[in-house]
Amino acid sequence: MREISATAVKETVAQLCQEANYYLPDDVRAALEGARKKEEAPRAQKVLDMVLQNAELAARNRVALCQDTGTCVVFLEVGQDVHIKGDLHKAIEDGVSKGYKTGYLRSSMVRQPFSKRLNTGDNTPAVIHTEIVAGERLKVTIMPKGGGCENMSRLVILKPGEGREGVINFVVRAVEESGGNPCPPVIVGVGIGGTADHVMYLAKRALLRKVGEHHPDPEVAELEQELLNKINATGIGPQAWGGRTTALAVNVESFPAHITALPVGVNLQCHSARFKTAEL
Amino acid sequence: MVTRLTTPLTDDAVAGVKAGDEVAITGILYTARDAAHNRMIETLRSGEKLPFDIKGQIIYYVGPTPPRPGQAIGSAGPTTSARMDPLTPPLLEAGLKGIIGKGGRSVAVREALQKYKAVYFAAVGGAGALLAGHIGKAEIVAYEDLGTEAIRMLHVEEFPAVVVNDIYGNDLLEQGKAEWRREVPLPG
Repeated sequence: MREISATAVKETVAQLCQEANYYLPDDVRAALEGARKKEEAPRAQKVLDMVLQNAELAARNRVALCQDTGTCVVFLEVGQDVHIKGDLHKAIEDGVSKGYKTGYLRSSMVRQPFSKRLNTGDNTPAVIHTEIVAGERLKVTIMPKGGGCENMSRLVILKPGEGREGVINFVVRAVEESGGNPCPPVIVGVGIGGTADHVMYLAKRALLRKVGEHHPDPEVAELEQELLNKINATGIGPQAWGGRTTALAVNVESFPAHITALPVGVNLQCHSARFKTAEL
Repeated sequence: MVTRLTTPLTDDAVAGVKAGDEVAITGILYTARDAAHNRMIETLRSGEKLPFDIKGQIIYYVGPTPPRPGQAIGSAGPTTSARMDPLTPPLLEAGLKGIIGKGGRSVAVREALQKYKAVYFAAVGGAGALLAGHIGKAEIVAYEDLGTEAIRMLHVEEFPAVVVNDIYGNDLLEQGKAEWRREVPLPG
């Protein structure tokens, strides 16, 4: 049994919130640079140049990459042999509050969203996903998820007979209909299987995979590649101003489903694909 | 080629740009997004005056991050325009001449842009740190209680944007897709 203090969790979360918002992950930057080399549309080339320049400026000045510093989505992997001294969820909320308030990050969460919509003032509460895993470590991932892309999420329960083609049509249509709203080039998270709630979780978790890494199952990897090719043939391009680069990656997570169902979830991530992980 | 525009926008300036044109805007932008739009529409409905003279002006859909000490503004890129679609035609009718956001607009907004001779521009979404460098000063002019959603007056220099919807009914998003779409996807 290992003991980790709630204070250490809080401080780690605060730091992760800031670093995630200032520094574009290396794999995303490399994917954008690769896309810039391949892109043929002049307007799209300029957009990609600006996006890369933006990442440099944000890092240099420790300013948010995007003004939408997101809903703070937290993925926790808690080792079953870890004991947290103190209140774990409170430590995370306190960490988010500190990170956002002291890091010049935007507070975007509003309470009672169907009526008063009063800003909570410190971007809490976070949306926290907790998994219990083997071992004695605590892994914390912070994903600031912007509204533009999150609002383009889609869920469908296809009939089993609609099969692979049904999945492809649904995912490509979801990206086409989203147009410029999610800030393309996007990363497309796709969940397949499970239940209505679980398939959306799978779609979001798929976004944590490094850009350019395919699913280890060759059949899933092939589906990812076909989806990516079809999405990049739409012509939407960066910011939907036309071009070859509509998506940087398609990441699919597949899970068994009930005999009656073929659930498909789509969660888009903008080009400012921010997340940061630490292990305690 | 980049077309230089200064605010307030004149009818000639608006008539002189077409979908796809790159522009650099110098002058004043007023920030407003969801919450500020709701209040402005209520104000117009009750027959009262808007908190700023909207004639010839440009509204920028942005909710910036707080500035670090010594900076005019934090990260300040555009938000999704489609959310403001139902709230836009009354402002165009009141004399608004330009809008900066990201993504496409509804048919009703595009028709209103033609009818009232106004332009919808897009800036690069997700380039808030870069775009902030074109903003020299930011002052709150109304709805301070809305925080990031308050109406601010931004003094901008050579603010980069492209024309998405012009007064002639053209749409950059449609044009771009038509030009770059492939019927058969490339492998790999």
